[in-house]
Amino acid sequence: MLILHCPCCGVDAEETELHAGGEAHIKRFGPGSDDDQFHDYLFMRENPKGVHFERWQHANGCGKWFHAARCTATLEVFGTYRAQTTEPPKDIRDAITAKRPGWVWREFS
Amino acid sequence: MSTRLSKLGRLIDRTKQVSFSFNGTTMRGFAGDTLASALLANDQMMMGRSFKYHRPRGVVASGAEEPNALVGLGEGSRFEPNQRATTTELFEGLSAKSQNHWPNLDFDIGAVNTAFARFLPAGFYYKMFIHPQPFWKHVYEPFIRKSAGLGKAPDAETRDADTYEHFYAFTDVLIIGGGVAGLQAAKAAALTGVKVLLVEQTAHWGGRAPVDGGTIDEGPVDKFVEQIVSELETMDNVTMRLRCMGAGIYDHGYALAYERLTDHAPQVAGPRHRLWRIRAKQIVTATGAIERPLSFAGNDVPGVMLASAMRDYVVNWGVTPGERVVVATNNDDAYRTAITLKNAGVDVLRILDARASGGGALADEVRALGIRVDPGKAIAKVSGGKRVKKVSICNQEGIGGARDEVSCDAVAMSGGWSPVVHLWSHCGGKLIWDDAQAHFRPDPDRPPLGADGAGFVSVAGAANGALALGETLSDANAAGLAAAKAAGGKAKRPKAPLGESAAELPMEPVWLMPANADTPLRVKSWLDFQNDVKVSDVQLAAREGYESVEHTKRYTTLGMATDQGKLSNINGLAILADALNAEIPQVGTTTFRPPYTPISMGAIGGEARGEVFQPIRRTPLHDWHDRNGADWEPVGHWRRPYAYQLPGESVEAAVNREVKNTRENLGLLDASTLGKLIVKGPDAGRFLDMMYTNMMSTLKPGKCRYGLMCSENGFLIDDGVVARIDEDTWLCHTTTGGAERIHAHMEEWLQTEWWDWKVYVANVTEQYAQVAVVGPNARKVLEKLGGMDVSKEALPFMEWRDGQIGGFDCRAYRISFSGELSYEIAVAASRGQAFWDALTEAGKEFGVMPYGTECLHILRAEKGFIMIGDETDGTVIPQDLGLHWALSKKKEDYLGKRAQQRSHMADPDRWKLVGLETVDGSVLPDGAYAVGEGTNANGQRNMIGRVTSTYYSANLDRGIAMGLVKHGPDRMGEVIEIPGTDGKSYKAKIVDPVFFDKDGEKQNV
Ligand SMILES: [Zn+2]
Repeated sequence: MLILHCPCCGVDAEETELHAGGEAHIKRFGPGSDDDQFHDYLFMRENPKGVHFERWQHANGCGKWFHAARCTATLEVFGTYRAQTTEPPKDIRDAITAKRPGWVWREFS
Repeated sequence: MSTRLSKLGRLIDRTKQVSFSFNGTTMRGFAGDTLASALLANDQMMMGRSFKYHRPRGVVASGAEEPNALVGLGEGSRFEPNQRATTTELFEGLSAKSQNHWPNLDFDIGAVNTAFARFLPAGFYYKMFIHPQPFWKHVYEPFIRKSAGLGKAPDAETRDADTYEHFYAFTDVLIIGGGVAGLQAAKAAALTGVKVLLVEQTAHWGGRAPVDGGTIDEGPVDKFVEQIVSELETMDNVTMRLRCMGAGIYDHGYALAYERLTDHAPQVAGPRHRLWRIRAKQIVTATGAIERPLSFAGNDVPGVMLASAMRDYVVNWGVTPGERVVVATNNDDAYRTAITLKNAGVDVLRILDARASGGGALADEVRALGIRVDPGKAIAKVSGGKRVKKVSICNQEGIGGARDEVSCDAVAMSGGWSPVVHLWSHCGGKLIWDDAQAHFRPDPDRPPLGADGAGFVSVAGAANGALALGETLSDANAAGLAAAKAAGGKAKRPKAPLGESAAELPMEPVWLMPANADTPLRVKSWLDFQNDVKVSDVQLAAREGYESVEHTKRYTTLGMATDQGKLSNINGLAILADALNAEIPQVGTTTFRPPYTPISMGAIGGEARGEVFQPIRRTPLHDWHDRNGADWEPVGHWRRPYAYQLPGESVEAAVNREVKNTRENLGLLDASTLGKLIVKGPDAGRFLDMMYTNMMSTLKPGKCRYGLMCSENGFLIDDGVVARIDEDTWLCHTTTGGAERIHAHMEEWLQTEWWDWKVYVANVTEQYAQVAVVGPNARKVLEKLGGMDVSKEALPFMEWRDGQIGGFDCRAYRISFSGELSYEIAVAASRGQAFWDALTEAGKEFGVMPYGTECLHILRAEKGFIMIGDETDGTVIPQDLGLHWALSKKKEDYLGKRAQQRSHMADPDRWKLVGLETVDGSVLPDGAYAVGEGTNANGQRNMIGRVTSTYYSANLDRGIAMGLVKHGPDRMGEVIEIPGTDGKSYKAKIVDPVFFDKDGEKQNV
């Protein structure tokens, strides 16, 4: 029963208000992509023990999607941010680095 | 015998007699008794039988940890199995029945299991599964079925007569446990000004400290409890609840508490249980400790009891479990039981102290009372069937020989204390092994973490391993203060009260008594009393290769009983560690999961039952349908009429009448439940081109197009007619169940992928009442009502117009899901009933009749139209259904397009849609599979297809069906075999799925 801050409406929302949407920052591949690219886009997901980026929807609230950066092992939340981005913003990355020095993910470090 | 003493009993009121019944016998107790103490007062030591061997079981504990004294409580609609006698407060008229025996508690046929004990060792079930099936089926299953299940399930036909509720609470500090530690922690926290919620599972504040003695601030413990409770009660920032158990701790400070409001007073009105759903900034668990049994042969004979429990029965309820008692211990605390018993006038025959050095100050006190103490001694064996008769004594260091015997009727045992770490552990708090006290306790450096990464649970008192009264209070004071500070309280330094109790010598761990007990003793040394797991079972599991404690638990069923190993888990772990030559902390514990003790299903459900379980959505015409014979069918959250029954008419006859009338005259369908989504904006066309497989951006205003929607996986998820309203506005119809889902699907893509596209989506489903006017007379009735021109020329098929009909502002769509001349007419929801009435009135001369969803289904199946959820099941793509015409070839991209190019999606062997016509005209069973040549690797017949829709068509007077069949469209005319679950095998010919009016002449008028 997590509590996540909705960056759209400002509410600290309990999990019963939220709808989980899986991993964030997945790049869409459509027609023209090769089989491996499309397969990875559809099915392959990170499964980290530690820092993770997730999509959440404030379903029983303002209805907006947002992203959360949190630790899957400790349930610590580093921050939430708007979904209209292809990568975690700098303040979120800095907040993670402050708590998890040396943390690296994809091209963000 | 067990009996009521003439004195003592701090919790009972001897002036108030209470009568109750046990297995039909009327007995008497006092107000303040638990069912267990009252049964003991009536010399009813034996309270049940064990699960596997049906051995006689007496009460062994005095609280929530009790594994044996489980009863069925109440009658009829209030019957509940597996209730602990130790936590059931006595009330007038209480009716209890013991469990797990036949024909009665005293004489039980199933007890023969004991004789077969050597055939039922650890892993018995697993071992039997490897035997051939017939052996299992005819020999073991009947036997196991008969003995399976603990207690009786309530009668399936009764409904729980009580009500339950949920309650949301927010607090700064939640304190779980109202013993002296919880009370002191609450006070320390409350003095800082923070909001405190204190919950206690029993009916009394103070926990077991008043029983154990000692002094607080130089006065009796009872006095301290009384004072601090009245102090807390006057504080506005403190909420206190008795009979309210902290059941579980979850992520980010969420906790559940289970309040039993009327279990002890069934005549009181109101909900029976209340489930507290709590959010706390900080949680302090002050849950105390539970005494461990000792593992010696015969430790399960009724009359063998925890030393602390025996003390509780004497002090709290004025009941002694026996008249001649032997005490066995590995620590000083059990001496308190001897002193208590002796002072109450009960004979204490012997204290067997497994420690060679014996006890400390309390031992001296015991000796001064004239009780014999034997250091270094142990119980070799307890004899007796349904009651303790005799104790054989041996040296602790040995295999159990050189015996001395004492005849007695009760044994008090103490193997040391285990902190109640469950709630700490629920959300990830870690444990450390305390060598000195031989128990696991919370590791303060590894607490459960909150959203900010800091710990949000702390522990106070005995739950923290601080067992002596003085330590308990100072530990709790510090814990309460620290929690309050972490929750934002102002720094105060309340002084801890001074607790004093007799000094104690260290305990010494004793995991088996005697230390090297031989096999005959070990097979009689119980670990799990309810599930009949013995020392020998755990040792056998270790010999068979079980190393993980979690696996051993499941293999032996140790700790899987209703008490979840509260008593004996540590003893079991120690035996396993010893057998594996490992240290206890290396072996670790099994996982602690909520709830702490079972909570009622009613409490979990709360108010959500019956009509309020799930709200029903009603169309504006709902009441009219109800008055006119609707046989209701749930569709999503809606209720739709399946058919409208005339007086005396069967549902089947009603459906057939509606099917014929709609094709021959005029039918009206309430189509209001169809989803209606407005998609609007400069990029709306581009967006819909991505959402639908068809091209929607080229649709002209005033026109309609049937569209398919796929997921990114390529599978069909919805369909419906899309109408272009104006240059930047479309109205998308969805399936009845799909409106919210498809709305969310659109929002998701708009917000998370194409967030720069300028599009709004609004769900206007409930703003309109929509009526399908269907049949050869459809145009006639609309023309009679008058208004807009609905002629073939003015309103052609697949177009829509705004205007008035019969004076109603409306939007008329010329669309058809039946193959008939058909208009779907939308009016404002508030005008829906009046419009329906006008149609019904005007339609009389044209043979108007309403029709329901089954008629709708049959009409569409006659035309070979697919239905989402029938022809699709989440694994079907448009190509499977022959819908290639709806897949735009001009568009570069749409959701699902790339997926439909994947090799498996393009496989020519995929099952494809065809019509199925039974050779004899009968109706195929729904969902049945078609079988083909040969068998698969498991020797089963190969399957080549399945039935997706099947109906009796009154228009064709025969069964019609659709199905997905391997190479189906290439096999027209072939007859396939479809076995039904009714034992019959059906023969069906593969045909075109359009059964009726193949050229569409009926709607082209
Ligand atoms: Zn929100």
